[in-house]
Amino acid sequence: MSDRLKSIEAKQKAWQERYNQSKQRGAKFMTVSSEPIKELYTPADIADFDFERDLAFPGQYPYTRGVQTNMYRGRLWTMRQFAGFASAKETNERFKFLLAKGQTGLSVAFDMPTIMGYDSDYPRSFGEVGRVGVAIDSLQDMETLFEGIPLDKVSTSMTTNAPASILWAMYIATAEKQGVASEKLNGTIQNDILKEYIAQKSWIFPPHPSMRIITDIFKFAKEHVPKWNTISISGYHIREAGATALQELAFTLADGFAYVEAGIAAGLDVDDFAPRLSFFFNSHTDFFEEVAKYRAARRIWARRMHEKYGAKDEKSLLLRFHTQTAGCSLTAQQPENNIVRTAFQALAAVMGGTQSLHTNSMDEVLALPTEKAVQIALRTQQLIAYETGVANTIDPLAGSYFVEAMTNRMEQGAEEYFQKIDALGGVLAAIDKNFFQQEIADAAFRYQKEIERKDRIIVGVNDFVQTENLTIDLLKIDPEIEREQVQRLQKLRATRDNDRVQATLADLRQAAASTDNLIPKILASVKAYATQGEIVNVLREVFGEYKEKAVF
Amino acid sequence: MHELVSRLLEGDRRAAARIITLVENNGQEKEQLLSELFPHTGKAFVLGVTGSPGAGKSSLVDSLVTHYRQQSLTIGVIAVDPTSPFTGGAILGDRIRMQDHALDRGVFIRSMGTRGSLGGLARATKEAIKVLDAYGRDIILVETVGVGQSELDIMATADTTLVVLNPGTGDGIQTIKAGIMEIADIFVVNKCDRDGADKMAAEVESMLDLGHGQNPYWRPPVKKTSTIDGRGIPELVGAIIEHREFATASGDFAERRGQQLKAEVSEIVEDYLKKMLWSKVGANAEMAQLLKDASERKSDPYTIARRILEVF
Amino acid sequence: MEECKIRVLVAKPGLDGHDRGAKVIARALRDGGMEVIYTGLHQTPEQVVEAAIQEDVDVIGLSILSGAHMTIFPRVKQLLLENGADNIMLIGGGTMPEEDVQALILSGDAKALFTPGTSTEDIITWIRQSVYSGESA
Repeated sequence: MSDRLKSIEAKQKAWQERYNQSKQRGAKFMTVSSEPIKELYTPADIADFDFERDLAFPGQYPYTRGVQTNMYRGRLWTMRQFAGFASAKETNERFKFLLAKGQTGLSVAFDMPTIMGYDSDYPRSFGEVGRVGVAIDSLQDMETLFEGIPLDKVSTSMTTNAPASILWAMYIATAEKQGVASEKLNGTIQNDILKEYIAQKSWIFPPHPSMRIITDIFKFAKEHVPKWNTISISGYHIREAGATALQELAFTLADGFAYVEAGIAAGLDVDDFAPRLSFFFNSHTDFFEEVAKYRAARRIWARRMHEKYGAKDEKSLLLRFHTQTAGCSLTAQQPENNIVRTAFQALAAVMGGTQSLHTNSMDEVLALPTEKAVQIALRTQQLIAYETGVANTIDPLAGSYFVEAMTNRMEQGAEEYFQKIDALGGVLAAIDKNFFQQEIADAAFRYQKEIERKDRIIVGVNDFVQTENLTIDLLKIDPEIEREQVQRLQKLRATRDNDRVQATLADLRQAAASTDNLIPKILASVKAYATQGEIVNVLREVFGEYKEKAVF
Repeated sequence: MHELVSRLLEGDRRAAARIITLVENNGQEKEQLLSELFPHTGKAFVLGVTGSPGAGKSSLVDSLVTHYRQQSLTIGVIAVDPTSPFTGGAILGDRIRMQDHALDRGVFIRSMGTRGSLGGLARATKEAIKVLDAYGRDIILVETVGVGQSELDIMATADTTLVVLNPGTGDGIQTIKAGIMEIADIFVVNKCDRDGADKMAAEVESMLDLGHGQNPYWRPPVKKTSTIDGRGIPELVGAIIEHREFATASGDFAERRGQQLKAEVSEIVEDYLKKMLWSKVGANAEMAQLLKDASERKSDPYTIARRILEVF
Repeated sequence: MEECKIRVLVAKPGLDGHDRGAKVIARALRDGGMEVIYTGLHQTPEQVVEAAIQEDVDVIGLSILSGAHMTIFPRVKQLLLENGADNIMLIGGGTMPEEDVQALILSGDAKALFTPGTSTEDIITWIRQSVYSGESA
């Protein structure tokens, strides 16, 4: 230990005694993830700190300070607001409006039947068509969705997981009809099935065939859609399900490494697909914990990709991520307070070096957001970008004893989780043993109990309560939309070439039972106007269906 | 006749459900209900399903139900989960795997908490079986708690008992070592799509070679199944039929049921005596004093117990 | 020696998989000494009602975050009535605007609705009081 450190420690001891005798306000000093926080951080907390090894410069290994050299001095983060509307036609109009305003990236939210691989006329879809996003049953709907939008000029993000391959195939087929070659297509599919088993529960098939579909997508993209982001490995939903910041970090990265291993096992070179992997994190209200999480995430990813998986392409080492503020932090009580919560969360994401950001609207805890609420959410990002000055310099919190100690603690905690997961036999085995699910359920329950015991204060919920809540205007969805969508679908079934549909589906069934790449077969079925539900049914027959083992 | 009993015999599922509740809650009508139901029992085939947690018991039950329903047999399922000894509460989650059958009137599923029973079944599982038997179910599947080693109750309750093992967890062999070997009429190596299924099946066979097993005339077959694609289920059902035929022919079946009834009578008598004794002890001041003495170490438990028994 | 254990069916109707609330409630009710039957995700109203009948529960608790509460509660209530099982209390929780909550309570489609922020203790107390007062009535 250096003399300087010794001297600091001695002085700290004296201070600590005075502190211990001083008045404390009796709160529990812990993060939103229940991690205890010390009263003070000093150089002693980062005694082993090595600037070049642990931080280095932006755009330099291990990328703790950011994945680009210039970060927000070059270009601000992308302000990407996720949106979905009733039917393809209405969403198409909205897209055109957004493009006319200068937006170049589109983000599609699908409705629950589409997310679960059901057609709009399937009984379980009743009441859910077009509710939380747009309903897409067939290539016809996808053509309508992008009608008049040149797909070589835009980049499209699609939030789809279990049936991602089908919606992606519809997008590729739509482009082809427009005369746009698949090589020119830009965009992202979420396509992260592991977090569905772990947290969001929108699964269809069991894990093994699901992983095969994903590696088929990796392979097909490498050959035919090289600019496409084939997966967005998501911690967002893990956090929303109740995970702590550390669990979100560790489980998401573990999923990422599982995809890397699956790609390698499927015969791909790591650098063939790793540059196309991207991430998606949550941003909760505990400011410093979130910042530390993002910084640690970049460092862990770079180190492991380099050291364990031998990636050589620098792009394989970069953890690029999108962030969304925490929906689970919003309160139905005094909903306008959510604007403030979201602002702090957005600030943390920016200080953590996010590539793109979605800010939630204050009313999302009650219903789909209204236009006014969406506008305030977007303005929040613009305020951060243009008024606060935080984007003037890169990684401004670096060197803070607290932030660096937290970053180290995040990295160390994640490594401990990786060891546990390895000991269980890897991510799939851990899912099978309910490891993640149990960890998350425990954390969610603990959080709830902390609020009920008032160990944790949530403004407007268990303190500073107001009996008269302000009511705000809410968006309503017209139930007529469902009826029209079902009619369109039934008309399609009556008018398409059904022999061709059956032939392509039979082909797909055969491929599913073999080890052939599924994507060309799905593409052929899609082009014959087979519906999503029909394609999923064929795959379900071969692969079976996943059923959860609930843990509490 | 109790109104609920006549409704049950007419096929009213709400009456069946209600009777199980009353029996489980040890209600006043319990005796009347069960004795009125008794003449209508004894027809159903009772299939026990046990095995460690995560072995896939619920999925296997679900697959068997699907299979039996294709043969138009009516089914009752009793799924047991542990009751918390601290709070008395329980989360009963086995239905999740079986909800595809929820709308099939030929399938009646009931979840039970152990409520203090330790042998792998709920306190009132045997009674619930009778209710579903009288309700006319052809086959009643009983899924045990599956927490460990002392799940012997199922052996005394079921006509045929399946022990489900999961090659994925690697704990199967430990389970066998822990004495579950004697319970099995049939072994099921579930999740046979996994690595290690063949190895596990071979290990069980070799333990059987060493003479483990309950019956010298019946060597439990080892069946491999996968509940994902239904592989092995028809073969398993074949083995269940074989066991039933064996047990019927050898007289095992009749003997087991006879034993069950005998055991039941003694249980009822013991239960009754216990209740009677303790209600009297509670009402008697001298007895209360004796118990108090015991708690204060004034005399040893044996002396006090003898004194209590002498009085009655 | 009769013991009346409260049995509650916790169900998640609809296609969304956000079961955080349902699971926290299930666990809290268990810790409150109740037997909780959990039927899993993606349940139809028909499945929920049939399970509730077979399990002979005192209470059905629906967790709905997909915005489908105005169709699902009336449907479950109607099925309970059709099956002569409307002695089972129907309650719920999730994301729903205040005016919808009022409408469902007023129409009798839900006996009580607990929106985000309700403490699990309050829910347990409410269930206990309602079940026991219903029995003595």
